[in-house]
Amino acid sequence: MSISKVWIHVEAAGAKVTSSTLELITEARKLGATLEGVYAGADAASVAAQAGEYGLSKLFHVDPGDALPGIVAGAAILSLAGEHAPDVVLFSQTYDGRDALSLLSVRLDRPVLTNGLSLAVDGDAVTVGTAIFGGSQLVDTKLTGQAPHLVAIRPKSFTAEPAGGGAAEVVEVGEVDAGRSGEAKVLDRFAEEQTGPKLEEAEIIVSGGRGLGDKDNYKTLVEELAKLLKGAFGASRAIVDSGWVPYALQVGQTGKTVKPKLYIAIGISGATQHLVGMKGSDNIIAINKDAEAPIFSVSDLGIVGDCKKVVPALIDAVRARVG
Amino acid sequence: MNVVVCVKQIPDPAVPGELDPDNTLKREGKLILDESDSYGVEMALQLVEAAGGGEVILVSMVPNGEVSGLRTALAMGAARAVLASDPALAGSDALGTAKVLAKSIERAGDVDLVLTATESSDGYTGTVPGQIAATLGWPALTFAKKVETLDGKVKIQRQTETGYDTVEASLPAVVSVTAGVVEPRYPSFKGIMAAKNKPVDAVTIADLGLTADQVGWAGARQEITNVEAAPAREAGEKFEDDGTGFEKVVTYLENLKVL
Repeated sequence: MSISKVWIHVEAAGAKVTSSTLELITEARKLGATLEGVYAGADAASVAAQAGEYGLSKLFHVDPGDALPGIVAGAAILSLAGEHAPDVVLFSQTYDGRDALSLLSVRLDRPVLTNGLSLAVDGDAVTVGTAIFGGSQLVDTKLTGQAPHLVAIRPKSFTAEPAGGGAAEVVEVGEVDAGRSGEAKVLDRFAEEQTGPKLEEAEIIVSGGRGLGDKDNYKTLVEELAKLLKGAFGASRAIVDSGWVPYALQVGQTGKTVKPKLYIAIGISGATQHLVGMKGSDNIIAINKDAEAPIFSVSDLGIVGDCKKVVPALIDAVRARVG
Repeated sequence: MNVVVCVKQIPDPAVPGELDPDNTLKREGKLILDESDSYGVEMALQLVEAAGGGEVILVSMVPNGEVSGLRTALAMGAARAVLASDPALAGSDALGTAKVLAKSIERAGDVDLVLTATESSDGYTGTVPGQIAATLGWPALTFAKKVETLDGKVKIQRQTETGYDTVEASLPAVVSVTAGVVEPRYPSFKGIMAAKNKPVDAVTIADLGLTADQVGWAGARQEITNVEAAPAREAGEKFEDDGTGFEKVVTYLENLKVL
């Protein structure tokens, strides 16, 4: 036995396949198996062309209508899995990826491995690497049950590289029945005005934590510096928990993993929860008033001082240079 | 309206974690209420109050009868708890956990809504809310940053990468809430005293109609093949700010060609 067919839960935003999906396809090419995708969303032809370029040969497409796309994708995989018998189904550790994975896990009665950072296949067994205790230890876990094996990988674990393939063949699935799981309806979508790059795609990230003192300082110090450096802004769990900024900005174990060229941590002590999400950055600058803060154990440049004094001076100096 | 909140009792995250010889997380010290779950407890208390009646019921599972974290949530105002406690639960994965919690929710009585965190702070698999919903056959509305119930329906604002979606489903349903969604109350002295006498219905997996091969290590159908230390990142230079600390940063940015 070996792994001969790998399925990938394909996600797209605004007709563009997400970078985490392309990372999954790229990594799955190494397994030497047939690569097929399942996609619940709009613009199937364009998605199939992009995914095909990275190595996907077939794209099963379903229109989610106003239902949750992750649930619809999960139900579609469920309806197809019997006939097509994928050995592995890969998901990104995203909002919709988790919805699809959860539904499938229960309906197929299969365990899941999530937060994967690496993927290896040995015969018909699948091994997934994850990080625990703030990334200080790495654990390999092998799924020993029956296929299909269900795995979710954290975005940014692999580097996406096109393979020069043609468009994937689109196979329309038609309507799928998700039962009561499909009853949740999207009534409305609200997009906040996005200025600057996305957190996961930014080359420069400025993040803030509890040391900022209050919510207003996040805006005037973290957001302002990020804008001047044409970067994205992020946050530690502490200030997300306090309701200063939304969950989408959280960097860390229970948030996003980021690997920018430059990460500037302002008023972040560096709980293990946070370090696991950012210590893969190329360069790390930390500004914190506690000289013993764990953030300094991973920083290339550490300034021990009050961020409410250091950062305004820094902003003035940067503004003077970038105009 | 009766609302169940799934809560997890975890080792204090401030204390460095350790593994037991069987590679499960060491849990022998005092367990505390996972802070992520305090938001669900607060949200449930507010929803029940807004609905003009009903109960907040806690559901939790442990291998060893531990209740200290549950008492914290009872002190906040939850009425009672169902605690699945069985040595066979050690090593349970996300799906095994969802099976146990779903059965415990059924045991809790007439339930309109189940609230959970988006993931636990220690295991952080992130699939348990959806797995509970699928096990019960209820809709899952995940990553809520706002929750309202009205006329047998639940409406949430669902966190997205760029903002939020408004999502609605009829009850009963499972909703996972993000942290920061509400400000969790501190237990009052009166609440702490009252919590000591609130009922905790401790049940074994057999009481829930489950067998040992469905939960714990046996049910997880996975094995840990390797644990090793991650390559450490070397610490760089560190300077005490004397009013010119920002200049060090500017120089660093210039060397990186960011400026």
